[in-house]
Amino acid sequence: MLKRFFALLPAGLIYLLGGQALAEVEMRSKPWQMWLQEPMSESAIKVHDLNLGLMVLETVIVIFVLALMVYILIRFNEKNNPVPSKTTHNTLLEVVWTAVPILILVVVAVPSLKALYFTDSNPDVEMNIKVKGNQWYWSYAYPDNGDIEFDSLIIPEDELEDGQPRLLSVDNPLVLPAHTKIRFLIASNDVIHNFAMPSLAIKVDATPGRVNEVWTEINEVGDYYAMCSELCGVNHGFMPIHIKAVSKEDFAKWVVEAKEEFADNSSSDQPKTIRLAEAENVTR
Amino acid sequence: MSNEATAHDHHHDHKPPFFQRWFCSTNHKDIGTLYLAISMVAAIIGGLMSWYIRLELAEPGIQYIDDFQFYNVLVTAHGFIMVFFVVMPALIGGFGNWFVPLMIGAPDMAFPRMNNISFWLLVAGFILLLLSAVIGDGPGTGWTVYPPLSDSNFHPGPSVDFGILSLHVAGASSILGAINLIVTIFNMRAPGMTIHRMPLFVWAILITAFLLLLALPVLAGALTMLLTDRNFGTHFFDPGAGGDPVLWQHLFWFFGHPEVYIIIIPAFGIISQVISTFSQKPVFGYLGMAYAMSAIGVVGFVVWAHHMFTVGFDVDTRAYFTVATMVIAVPTGVKIFSWLATMWGGSIKMEVPMLYALAFIFLFVVGGVTGITLANASADLVFHDTYFVVAHFHYVMAIAAILGMFCGFFYWIGKMSGKQYPRGLAKLQFWVFFIGVNVLFFPQHFSGLAGMPRRIPDYPDPYVAWNYISSVGALITAVGTLLFFVVLWMTLRSKETVGANQWGVGATTLEWTVESPAPFHTHEELPDMTGKAPAE
Ligand code: HEM
Ligand SMILES: [Cu+2]
Ligand SMILES: [Cu+2]
Repeated sequence: MLKRFFALLPAGLIYLLGGQALAEVEMRSKPWQMWLQEPMSESAIKVHDLNLGLMVLETVIVIFVLALMVYILIRFNEKNNPVPSKTTHNTLLEVVWTAVPILILVVVAVPSLKALYFTDSNPDVEMNIKVKGNQWYWSYAYPDNGDIEFDSLIIPEDELEDGQPRLLSVDNPLVLPAHTKIRFLIASNDVIHNFAMPSLAIKVDATPGRVNEVWTEINEVGDYYAMCSELCGVNHGFMPIHIKAVSKEDFAKWVVEAKEEFADNSSSDQPKTIRLAEAENVTR
Repeated sequence: MSNEATAHDHHHDHKPPFFQRWFCSTNHKDIGTLYLAISMVAAIIGGLMSWYIRLELAEPGIQYIDDFQFYNVLVTAHGFIMVFFVVMPALIGGFGNWFVPLMIGAPDMAFPRMNNISFWLLVAGFILLLLSAVIGDGPGTGWTVYPPLSDSNFHPGPSVDFGILSLHVAGASSILGAINLIVTIFNMRAPGMTIHRMPLFVWAILITAFLLLLALPVLAGALTMLLTDRNFGTHFFDPGAGGDPVLWQHLFWFFGHPEVYIIIIPAFGIISQVISTFSQKPVFGYLGMAYAMSAIGVVGFVVWAHHMFTVGFDVDTRAYFTVATMVIAVPTGVKIFSWLATMWGGSIKMEVPMLYALAFIFLFVVGGVTGITLANASADLVFHDTYFVVAHFHYVMAIAAILGMFCGFFYWIGKMSGKQYPRGLAKLQFWVFFIGVNVLFFPQHFSGLAGMPRRIPDYPDPYVAWNYISSVGALITAVGTLLFFVVLWMTLRSKETVGANQWGVGATTLEWTVESPAPFHTHEELPDMTGKAPAE
């Protein structure tokens, strides 16, 4: 049981000692990771900064309360202070500990709301992507690139190739151009799913009967991994999201190939069977 | 402890025979004891489920639970059991029943028979919930029961219906209990005990009862709509026929957010009594404390959509719910600082209840500050549905409430049983449990920051480290829990008895004026509180 744990130790140390210097980024969690995945879009950078600020503030609060508690327990324990005081009011103190938190919250709210409105802003998007959740795979469509349409299913463990991360790899990743303002239109064919990508600060419900939208601009070429983030039934843990961000030129080339590859896909609306050794007793 | 005060007046304390006493009980103490008992039984079941989940999650890959529907059922049932059948019965039904009448100087609850019905409805609800998990495929919906996953297309079979009925019955139980508590507190206080002189535990229970009364009917309505959607062809939540799944989320969380305060506010009350008792000093800022709880209760009704930041709201809506949620931090801060100020200048005795109270403050603060993060709709773009949320709510609500329960147990077990708990072992139990829960839930912050989604039976391999540590923490917590039952058993068998006022000058509330164990009937002559200082 411990084996895997220790097998990961060296990797963890390398991670702690310094980042990777690859040409293409690979965005997924690292062993022993204690912090957010690196932000790879403007929205994610804003969220990341906000979180950093909040976490510092929160750590200070916890340490402050803890220190106060320790001091009180030493100074005012039965031995050091045998006769308790009778003080039960101090108006100034009560006003201060109401007012100071209000001030802190105002200071927090400003950058928070700024970040929120930025993530929701409506930039001139250059292309649209349609995302649909299904039990238990994603389907993607490129309405602006000749109606390419395909499904993206998890690769079962025994079919993984070298370097493909377990539970995160799919047969057809969502290929997107980097440095391009992209709008996602997100919906679902059955239950509620959630289209997520931590390093891009994307997390949007895919709800049947509505179309949600979110935009992003990916800063770097590479592989971005995430998982469905709303409980959607038996195989909820097995419908990963893999975005492959490529340069604009590569994307243009890919579009040409994809049109061929997925040519016969556009009308196929039959449910896909997903191959997962462990999940035979799918309710439905 | 000695047994001074109480030997003199010999009550003719006729207790009914066994069956009548425990099955047809109308006595608030016996019903309180029954509530505590069912809470312990449920805690074992809900706990076993969570430890099984943590066993599976100790390492990546599928080890034990290869039926993922069953995994989801475990998560769902664990959540429901802990919320509705462990924490609420113990804090509200158990300690509320036992100590509200004792603390306000009333001989019993206002409606003793309704009290009995409340309890037995809860038992029925619990049985229905257990049935739902074993009949058919079980409800694999999460405790949030979001349609369409919970509708009859995606959960055919009777298990979700059983779950709905279970919550209906448990909800009816809680509503009756809430009415009983409100009427008791409003009408049966001893002469001279004005609202502003009630002990803070009674305040806490009063506020909780109002939250129950306002929030549970909304849940009941939503559940009924889901039930008719599933069985009678309505389409409230069915988008294919003009319904809206998001409507469910609004209704559920309109109940669900106040529900977390229903869980934690009674614990606030216990902590306030204990801190004051063991600091040997009245509560600091009594009115501020009472109204801070009230404010939390009121504001708690207008923040529900912070659980729904990702459903696709308009940005202004999210901005409102961000700000409204942050407002709750203010009265919460008032509570924490007032507890610290109560200790300040006190003469603090480090008995086991006090240890639990301090631990409660620590966990509540840690969980509270991560709540500030989660209040931000923008931060939710990375945190929603990750283990960061799991860590947050177990700290601030779930485990904090359990610490509140242990705190109340050690504070009042002398009054309830007349026995002294084994001090050394109880201290050990405290430390094991306290360390256990922190090792269990603190690393989950890291998993969550790194992006690990909740409610998944397997996870990408790099998440193993914190998950493994978390599972070790679950094991330590399990040992701590087991130790608690050893302590309980040894206490009940103990020969060492305690006097009427076990805790000395700091314990000023009325329950410490009756003998220990509290006789079958108490306050038959109303105590006169006229002109007395607030019983803080
Ligand atoms: C014995 C200590 C406990 C352990 C080891 C534990 C563990 C867990 C685990 C592993 C999950 C599932 C997380 C996931 O897969 O997303 C969970 C969820 C949950 N727990 Fe606990 N828990 C404990 C105590 C409690 C308590 C006392 C409460 C009481 C209020 C509680 C309430 C919940 C709720 C509401 C959920 C969410 C269920 C859902 O996702 O639908 N837990 N807990
Ligand atoms: Cu899912
Ligand atoms: Cu909430």
